[in-house]
Amino acid sequence: MLKTLRTVIATGIVSEAPPLADEALRVREALPAKVREVLGRALCIRHVDAGSCNGCELEIHALNNPLYNIEGLGIRFVASPRHADLLLVTGPVSRHMALALRRTYEAMPDPKLVVALGDCGCTGGIFGESYASCGRVAHVIPVDVVVPGCPPSPLRILQGILTAVSAPATGRVAHGP
Amino acid sequence: MPLRQWLARSRPLPGSPASACVEVDAGDWLAAAGDVAAAGGQLLALWATPATRAAARDARVHAALLHNAGLLVLELRLPDAQSRYPGLQGLFPAAARMQRAAADLAGVYPDDEDTRPWLRHAAWPALAHPLREPVAAIEPAALAADDYAFRRVEGEGVHEVPVGPVHAGIIEPGHFRFSIVGEKVLRLEERLGYVHKGIERRFQDLGLEEGRRLAARVSGDSAVAYSWAYCQALEGLAHATVPPRALWLRALCLELERMQNHLGDLGALGNDAGFAFGLAQFSRLKEELLRAVEAALGQRYLFDAVVPGGMAVDVDAAQQRALAQCLAGIGREVLNLRNIYDEHAGVQDRFVGAGRVAPELARRLGLIGLAGRASGQELDLRADRPWQPYDVLAPAKCVQSAGDVAARVSVRFEELQVSIRLATRLLGELPAGTVRVPVPSPPAGLGIGLIEGWRGPVLVALEVDARGAIARCHPHDPSWQNWPVLEHAILGNIVPDFPLINKSFNLSYSGHDL
Repeated sequence: MLKTLRTVIATGIVSEAPPLADEALRVREALPAKVREVLGRALCIRHVDAGSCNGCELEIHALNNPLYNIEGLGIRFVASPRHADLLLVTGPVSRHMALALRRTYEAMPDPKLVVALGDCGCTGGIFGESYASCGRVAHVIPVDVVVPGCPPSPLRILQGILTAVSAPATGRVAHGP
Repeated sequence: MPLRQWLARSRPLPGSPASACVEVDAGDWLAAAGDVAAAGGQLLALWATPATRAAARDARVHAALLHNAGLLVLELRLPDAQSRYPGLQGLFPAAARMQRAAADLAGVYPDDEDTRPWLRHAAWPALAHPLREPVAAIEPAALAADDYAFRRVEGEGVHEVPVGPVHAGIIEPGHFRFSIVGEKVLRLEERLGYVHKGIERRFQDLGLEEGRRLAARVSGDSAVAYSWAYCQALEGLAHATVPPRALWLRALCLELERMQNHLGDLGALGNDAGFAFGLAQFSRLKEELLRAVEAALGQRYLFDAVVPGGMAVDVDAAQQRALAQCLAGIGREVLNLRNIYDEHAGVQDRFVGAGRVAPELARRLGLIGLAGRASGQELDLRADRPWQPYDVLAPAKCVQSAGDVAARVSVRFEELQVSIRLATRLLGELPAGTVRVPVPSPPAGLGIGLIEGWRGPVLVALEVDARGAIARCHPHDPSWQNWPVLEHAILGNIVPDFPLINKSFNLSYSGHDL
């Protein structure tokens, strides 16, 4: 016990400042200000791997480490889509996961946001579209924000999530891939 | 016929050292596999290639068998549109799912008992085989659920708990069907294939250079192992000699990948045992390592470091020193954390005895890699079948025999320290010189890449055609061997311990579903 406490004290607080939202990642109109205000302070995320290589998952995990400390921002990952405001989707959507992804999306209460992660989520990536892959996430459910990268860094992922719940900078919606 | 007679009949295969291939007919197929099994060998991978009318080639089934002196690949030809062959399940239980997958993808069927589809759910019809049909001929099916014949357990008080494919966490999708009484698990049946995205078929659309990118993304947590295995097969086929500096850098990357995964798992295992301190500390250390790796090699995860002919990145002296310093710091902190884990009664109470796979069961089922070493199966290709530069490095093997979660944690702690020592040596003694040479266009043929990744042996079988294009590429993850063993590990444990036991194996879905 003493050793544990000593390690905690020696480590101190290592959390870093969060990044700013990035309007370039937005591909759909932002939520009304009133809804954003509520979500922005307590956002619940449900993650679905719809066919990824598990690389993006490694970087999503990093958001929970003490340096990015996503929970310190009032954002947490939840176990059920019923509790979620935002769906974070990785991978090209495999045909075998398409139904599960759509059902997960439908199970979320409105208003809901979707962030598609990684080159695969944005475009289908190296796996593309095939007999087994539906390609990008937007082919299966509506997407609000895309975060490219293979895998995107935790900072970029956080930026994507913050963009989804932030005010649009100019009111104009950028057109993503 | 003893094993050496098959070896005498075989021809050497390019790529992984001491690999050979022997062509067999259906009778010899079983006999040769039986001789390897009798000599204590094991099945590493099994894949099938459909007949091609254009190239006038018969359908073939390949089995890669590991024996004391190397790797023997059996090649069984199925002439005259024949689609049945003798199954190997009786000799190697791990063959069952590989054969079912080969049936789904290539339309060749074993005579073993279980004829249920494995990788095919509802995405394509039973009579279409993605590796055989022209792409346009496969009608994409409507998005629908399908009915899978799970084995039922019946009796008073037995009920089923279906879990997945979407899990309550940041993990990959798969389905687990538990049959339980109270909280106790009587049976677990896995159903995988949800992230099947057509990787093997996709390889055939890519050039040899781009194939490396896809190989690195078969299972993202093992990107270095897969890209190295792919390059080893390709370089062997093309007779390219990779410069020593590149080989040492590849080994450095492989050990860094091992450390990244072990650090992540040790934290997650603490967390699953209710010890959030462990997750906080290990995830902090992992982030430190990732940042140090990025500073040295330009990427946090090394997806695009290993390329045909060598390395896409190099390090300078200052970067070497900085990375070595980071590793030394992590080594010290991990020692302290290991003490804390070992002395924590609550954590040990969850770890010890949970999800036990006894060495005898592990041997029979073919448990492999890290999980195998925690159950007394000593195989570590880095030490037992070293390829360059591991022949010089001679790393220590970390073996336990208890076979429970505690043993798998222990192997990770020990391997972490071994990897830190290896990486430090690699950084300190990097040979000078270039890191990449051009790779000439290879002649037609089959090459084998075999690398001990952090999870276990990763095999890539790469077949190049006469035009220098990818005719067939089969990447094989050790998860194929270990997923079925997880069904045994959970027996008699309680459902709430499943996440902990599952995490202690940490198997790949993507690497298995392809």
